[in-house]
Order: sequence, then C-alpha cells, then structure tokens
Amino acid sequence: MLIADRVIAIAIMALSAYFMWHAAALPIGWNGMTGGPGGGAFPFWLSLLMLSSAGAVLVRSIMQAPSSQHFFDSQMLRSVIAVVVALFVTIALIPVTGAYVALPLFIFWYLRIYGGHGWLLTGILTVATPLFLFFFFEVTLKILLPKGVTEPLFLPLYAMFF
Amino acid sequence: MDTLALLADGFATSLSPLNLMIVILGVTAGLFIGAMPGLGSVNGVAIVLPLTFIVPPSSAIILLCAIYYGAMYGGAISSILLGIPGASTAVATTFDGRPMAQQGKAGLALIAAAVASFVGGTISVLLFTLFAVPLADLALAFGPAEEFALVLLAFTTFVGLGGDDKLKTIIMICLGLVLSTVGLDLISGQPRLIFGDMPGFYSGISFLVLAIGVYGIGEILYTIETSRTAPQVTPARITLRELGDGIKTMNKMWRTMSLGSFLGFFVGMLPAAGATPAALMAYGIARSTSKEPKSFGKGNIEGVAAPETANNAASTGSLLPMLTLGIPGSPTTALLLGGMVMWGLMPGPMLFIEQQDFVWGLISSLYTANFAAVAINIALIPLFVWALRMPFTVLCALVMVLCIVGGFAPSQKMHDVWLIAGFGVAGYLLRKADYPLAPLVLALVLGPLMEKSFRQTLISEQGDILAFIERPLSGTFIAIAVLFFALPLVKYLRKGGARSIAPAE
Repeated sequence: MLIADRVIAIAIMALSAYFMWHAAALPIGWNGMTGGPGGGAFPFWLSLLMLSSAGAVLVRSIMQAPSSQHFFDSQMLRSVIAVVVALFVTIALIPVTGAYVALPLFIFWYLRIYGGHGWLLTGILTVATPLFLFFFFEVTLKILLPKGVTEPLFLPLYAMFF
Repeated sequence: MDTLALLADGFATSLSPLNLMIVILGVTAGLFIGAMPGLGSVNGVAIVLPLTFIVPPSSAIILLCAIYYGAMYGGAISSILLGIPGASTAVATTFDGRPMAQQGKAGLALIAAAVASFVGGTISVLLFTLFAVPLADLALAFGPAEEFALVLLAFTTFVGLGGDDKLKTIIMICLGLVLSTVGLDLISGQPRLIFGDMPGFYSGISFLVLAIGVYGIGEILYTIETSRTAPQVTPARITLRELGDGIKTMNKMWRTMSLGSFLGFFVGMLPAAGATPAALMAYGIARSTSKEPKSFGKGNIEGVAAPETANNAASTGSLLPMLTLGIPGSPTTALLLGGMVMWGLMPGPMLFIEQQDFVWGLISSLYTANFAAVAINIALIPLFVWALRMPFTVLCALVMVLCIVGGFAPSQKMHDVWLIAGFGVAGYLLRKADYPLAPLVLALVLGPLMEKSFRQTLISEQGDILAFIERPLSGTFIAIAVLFFALPLVKYLRKGGARSIAPAE
C-alpha cells in the first residue's frame, strides 16, 4: 500500500513538472501592462502547488511505518488488467475495423470468454448492441460512428435510412 | 405569491406530454441505475449525458435531474435486498435496511425507504422553491471578484469539511484546475498545455470526457475488483395490505423525517458534504434522539427512514447553488452544470431572468419526478428484485460500450475516446490510493470560471490584488475560505494529525 502510495505521488510530481514545463511556454509572471497574471500563470503555479503537495504525500509516506496491506490482490489485478487491455484493443480497432465490428467483439469477449456466460445470452447481446447503437446514433441522432474498412457495407443502409 | 405564479407556469411546461414522459423514463432509468451496486447518480448522469442529445436541451436537463432523483430512491433497493449500498449515498440505509430484510421485512423496509425518500424529496423541493429566488437575487449583485471568491470558497470546503486526506484533496483540486486550462488561453487566445501540439487538445478537455472516464470506466474497473461473487438477493413481495401498514407506520415518524429533510437539504448545499454525509448524520441524529437507541442497527424502521429522507433532500439541496449561483453542490450537479453550459443554458442568477420558462419548468419537474419516483419505485419492486440478479459482467460490458460510444458522440473524435480510457485507468488507480475524485471533477467544471473571474477582476482593477478583499461580499467569502483552509491545520496542530473518516459523496 505504501509503495503504491509513493509511486503514485512520484507520478503526480512528474506530471506536475511536465505541466509546468508546458505552461511556461506562455508568460507566467505578473503582466504589468494589462494588469493580472499572464496566460501560463494559472496552470504553472497550480502545478507547483500540486508538485509540492505530492512531495508532502511522498515524505509523509516515507516517514510512516510500512504496512502489510497490499494495494493489489494478484488475482483481482489480473482480471482488471485483462479488461483494460481488451478496452484499449477495442478502441484501437475502432478506426480500423469500424465500431460495428470492434464493439460486438468486445461484448463477445467480455461475456463469453471473460465472463463465461452461455452462448444464448452472449449471442443476443452481441447482435442487439450494434443494432441499438445503429438506430440510436446513426438513424435518430445522425451521428456517424467510425466504420473503417466496413464503410462500403453500410452504403445500402444509408440509402435506406437517410 | 409571485413564486406561486411562476411555479404554476412551470407546471405547464413540465406537465407537457413530452416532459412527463421524460420524467417517467428518467426516474425509471435512475431507479435501475441507483439499484445496481457500484452505479450511483453520478455514474448514471455521466453515462447517459451523451445520449440526451436526442431531446431538446431543456428536456435533457429534466431527464438528467429525473435520473439523479431516481438514483437516490434506487440506492436503497440494493442496500436492503443485497446488503450492498447501490450507491455511496445509501450506505447508511444498509445499517437497518439489511437486518429488516433478514427478518423477512424486506417489503416493509422498501416501502419505508420509498415513502421516506418521497417525504425528503418533497420537503426539500419546497425549500428549494422558497430559497431559489432570494438567492438568485442576491447573486445578481455578484461581479467577477465575488464569483472568484465563491469558487475559491467551494474548493476550500473540500479541504476544511471534506473527510478525505487534505493533501490529496488539494492535489486533486489543482489537477482539475490545471486540466481545465488545457486549450486556448481565454484572454490572450494563445494555445497552452497542448502537449507537443496535439490538435485534439486545442479545444480543451471536456468535463464529459473526464466524467465518463472516471465515473464510467474507472467505476467499472473498481467494481470488478470489489464484487466478483454474485451477492444473495433477498426476495421481496409487496401486498396492498403491507403498503397500507407501511404508510401507517411511516405516519408516526414525522419528526425523524422532517429533521432528516432539513438536515439533508442544508448539508447537501455544501460542495464538500453532499448526500452521503447527510444520510450518515441523519442516521446518527435519529439514533441519538430515539427512545430506544439500542434497536438501531437491528432492523429499526426509523434507521431506514432517516438516511433516506436526508439523501433525497441533499440531492435537491445540491441543485440550489448550482442553479442560482452556478456553483455545483455535488459531483452530479457539476455534471448537470457542465451539460447546461454545453447546451447554452448558463446557470446562475441570469438564468432566472432570461430563461424563466426553463427554470420553473425544471423546478416543477422535481415535484412530478418525486411523485413518479415513489409510484414507480413501489410498483416495480418485483422487477428490481429480478434485475438485481443480473450478472455483473453483463452490466460491465454494456456500460463499457456505452462509455466508448458516449465519449465519441459529442465531439466525434477518437482522441476523446482515448482520453476517456486514460482517465478511467488513472481514476481507478487514484481512487484505490484514496485520492478523492469529486474535487477533481468539480475543479475541471469550475476551472474556466475561476480563472476568468480572477483575471477579469485584476484587469479591471489594474492589477490590484486587494480588490478581492475590499469588496464586502467577496471579502467575506475569502475570509470564510481562509478559515476553512486553516481549519484542518489548526486541528492537526491540536490533535497531532487525527483525521475523520466520513466520505465526501
């Protein structure tokens, strides 16, 4: 628990420093001409406050006695990582294969392989989800989801609904 | 009497067929969302917000408020039937609701929760109606200096009154504020914090992206960990006789329920407090003022009524500062505020002048939502019992897909979908390490207002920083803010670092 606390505090410190570096591209000091601080001042000084607070968390954590409580339970960690990886793969697939292939694949993986549900439930949801998305977003809201290589397959559908 | 006339006009709006349908739909959706362990009002509003483009803006806000309301009712259902709070706001309901269900009185407990929610909701909406106009009138006198001071005050309540780690709270507020500055500088128009000229960041980071990430993806990841095994659902069936008995029993608890409502309403207005602490406080007060305090925790019906009135009243209370001052009283209302800004309805005192139809339509819809919620809640109890048996993996998969598509729809950029995934993982890790997420979301929503009002004041006062203290109203706000900020420091020096454990929603 303490180690994770320290790692997160250090990560926040690094992030703050990174923000400060980018914020400093704009004036961070007092702008005498117009009155008030420059454009970079707000993010810069707040990042500095964040950096020092995270530093204080780090120092406090180092001063504390180590505890035996674990941040991650190894089995739980494995299932969380599996879902995160599946999520990232799905998002990466969306522009390539289109949302209507990537999202049902995700549902199928989650229910059948990860969740161990039966074929009937998996099948119904894998088919129903893209149908719902299509009618809700494309037909009703006129928001086109990315289709990637499957774009030509949708041309007859467009002709039917628009 | 003016208020009554406006309210009557409002009912003309909220009772239109479309809005009535929307209230019923929203309340039903909210009840389900609230009843699902792991999903509460804030998750529901974050996930559903992108889908509300389907109706006009004013109806969309009514829909989201109805979901907010429904979720407050729904939280009690899983607290009683599963023993797991459906939302953090319903934690206190498990204390006596669960024992009641185990004694075979689940039906009575559910009726008590619904009736108490109704009473809490109704009393607080009446209070809301009374206070809205005076508060908006007061806020009309606010200039940029007062706006800045008020936002500062909202943040310092997290430090002074919130139960979380102070340092971590400060970090999350700063992180939210810094993320809100991404994009174009609002005064000079220059791009800033665009991270190596990534075009996706020019338009800034939308509150919706952060909210869907943290409260959608992050919440699901968190729940995967905590609820792997399917919980045991206690069966509940309700007959008309039980309903009558339940209402009779509730009729004896007016003192507890009105106390809970007032307490909830005023605690709910504070950004750092909200429905969870309000419910815990109401429970505590009901126990300590009861004639038989020992029966609490063993299935005393008052222990269900008190927190349920308070959490519903708190949800209405948190709407008051959001609508009249433009300062949200809870993470859920922060999302409502973000949504309203997105639809061009700027919350604040001007809303009461320029958009009277909308404001009073919304307020009157809270009355109808209350009636709809109590009726639907009691009528659909068998359905909730069935829905709670739904395997959690099914819910997770569907919510994840909704998060991806809902994140894409408003801006139609894959950039935002990646950000959602990133915020989801980061939010999950931060939450595990006890970083509070509510101040982060609030800071991202309020950040632009805070920076704008700060810099506008300084420009108009030629850089004189004392302007914030010299104006009486803003000076008072700043003084209270300083007090809140100093409070934990004083406590720390006195007690040597003991911290309270009450969670801030």
